[in-house]
Amino acid sequence: MISLYVLCMLLFLVGLYCVVRKRNLIKIIIGIGIMEYAVNLFFVLIGYSEGARAPIFAADQMIKKMVDPVSQAFVSTVIVIGLSLTLVLTAIAIRIYEKYGTFDITKINKLKG
Amino acid sequence: MINPLPYLVIVPLAAGFFIPVFGKRIKPLGGFVAVAAMAALFLLSVSTAYLIRIDKVLVYNVGRWSAPVGISMVVDGLSCFMLLIVNTVALLVSFYSVEYVKRYTDPWKFFSLFMLMVAGMNGVLLSGDLFNLYVFLEVAAIAAYSLVAFGVEAVELEAAFKYAVMGAVGSSFIILGIAFVYSSASTLNMADIALSIADPASNKVVLFASVLFLMGFGLKAALVPFHAWLPDAHSSAPTPISAMLSGLLIKVLGLYVIVRIFFNVFGMSPKISMILISLAVISMVTASFLAFGQTDIKRLLAYSTISQVGYIMLGLGVGTPLAIMGALFHLFNHSIFKSLLFLNAGAVEEIGGTRDLRNMPGILARSPLTGYTNLIGSLSICGIPPLGGFWSKIIIIFACIQADRPILAFVAAAVSIMTLGYYFKAVTPILFGTAGSSAGKAGKKRLPPAFALPLVILALLSVFSILLLVPGIGRQFLGDAIAVLVRGKEYAGILTGFVK
Repeated sequence: MISLYVLCMLLFLVGLYCVVRKRNLIKIIIGIGIMEYAVNLFFVLIGYSEGARAPIFAADQMIKKMVDPVSQAFVSTVIVIGLSLTLVLTAIAIRIYEKYGTFDITKINKLKG
Repeated sequence: MINPLPYLVIVPLAAGFFIPVFGKRIKPLGGFVAVAAMAALFLLSVSTAYLIRIDKVLVYNVGRWSAPVGISMVVDGLSCFMLLIVNTVALLVSFYSVEYVKRYTDPWKFFSLFMLMVAGMNGVLLSGDLFNLYVFLEVAAIAAYSLVAFGVEAVELEAAFKYAVMGAVGSSFIILGIAFVYSSASTLNMADIALSIADPASNKVVLFASVLFLMGFGLKAALVPFHAWLPDAHSSAPTPISAMLSGLLIKVLGLYVIVRIFFNVFGMSPKISMILISLAVISMVTASFLAFGQTDIKRLLAYSTISQVGYIMLGLGVGTPLAIMGALFHLFNHSIFKSLLFLNAGAVEEIGGTRDLRNMPGILARSPLTGYTNLIGSLSICGIPPLGGFWSKIIIIFACIQADRPILAFVAAAVSIMTLGYYFKAVTPILFGTAGSSAGKAGKKRLPPAFALPLVILALLSVFSILLLVPGIGRQFLGDAIAVLVRGKEYAGILTGFVK
């Protein structure tokens, strides 16, 4: 179980590395996406417990162990926010390509100081 | 009387969606709806301040589900103080924008995004749990990214992309921190977290979450070393948006949330206090040095913002009641005079035709009103005696001495002198520049009347802000905000007492 958490943090760091080190605008946006997925995965992992099931209550159902539905609800909200963020970033990146003719971040440097 | 809290979020959201429906057909509608909605929000925030004068706290449970289970909107002394600042300044900025956005092809889009940004900021101030705070924070931040890029020129897009990427990384840290807090406390209601985490100093998960929050919200507050986005975004954005970003957004998304989490939810510890003070000192000193080298008015103002936010952080980090008073009073003053100075920079650009300090025509001769309001704002930020900025800075310096931190007092005083230095460098060419006719040809001769009213009101506010310290007028109002921070974690108990 603990290795899952470690892998999840590793995924977050992969996203962060991608944002910090990559020079292409689109790759940076993908990096931000990876960070979001890592956070979503982390939320799901927090709510997960071994052998548990979804908390759906009905007359003939008996649930001994259930996963936390609250953290899953958070995930759906974070996904929506991530979508709008990706849209804004991509829209800006497309306009930047129209103005500068490149996706290379080292060549987009009109602002200084 | 009906509870005004949900309307503080509903009104701007409704305006934000109403404007695109009709704004395309009826051109002037966008500005009209935005100003009307902001006026309504201003009245709502005043009525909120009136309602909480006795109980000091007002709670609204969304869908009548009470606190730990449901979503609650909470307003106390601190959030009420911030709400009034936000809605007053945003009202004046929206009025200014009506004239300013005539240069763009689709002004209604501007106002729609503007209202979404205000909705996000009001939501951050009102939300009683961390997750809703995050959602509203993202609403405000994404609206801000789009508004910075609104002119779609090359530099604006570049600044907006930089701001959006750094903001997104900061938000990822924040949401990761929230996930850690949830895993430890099993709740996200802020009062509930404060009660369930008894000893935050020894709880390693909370400690890690604190670090993530400091990085995330420090980035939103543009503390050095997380400041790289701010000068670009502030100097490239449309002028009303620079005023909104600098005067309100970094304070609401950054400072307010930092103090709310570290004072009221986790409780202040000497370690956190030391980190806040070091970030503050680095911000104050570094940004003042960088401000000296600037030749663009808006860029200079942007660096000055980082430095002044350092002052506020210093007061909060020292953490004695007097220091908190100085910090909150400086926050108020800074919102007023920095939005005044940014709006004024827009007016200077309109009249003089340039933002470059090296070839600035003298503004005072062309438009005395712009010149004098600029002078009032600059004198206030430098800390010249009768104006608000002097009192807040001197309170912070005295508080440092009182808390037995003479070195911090010395740094604060030294940075104040440096502030005087770089504003002197900026104000002289703006008022008495001699570049004259050649550079000034592009500009208009007169100040548009719609620009004058917000400038005059903000200048008057920065002259009379001292009234906040006078007992019987504003002292009670400021005192309620200070009490929230001084009582720290105790406050959660009072809050849950109300909720249950």
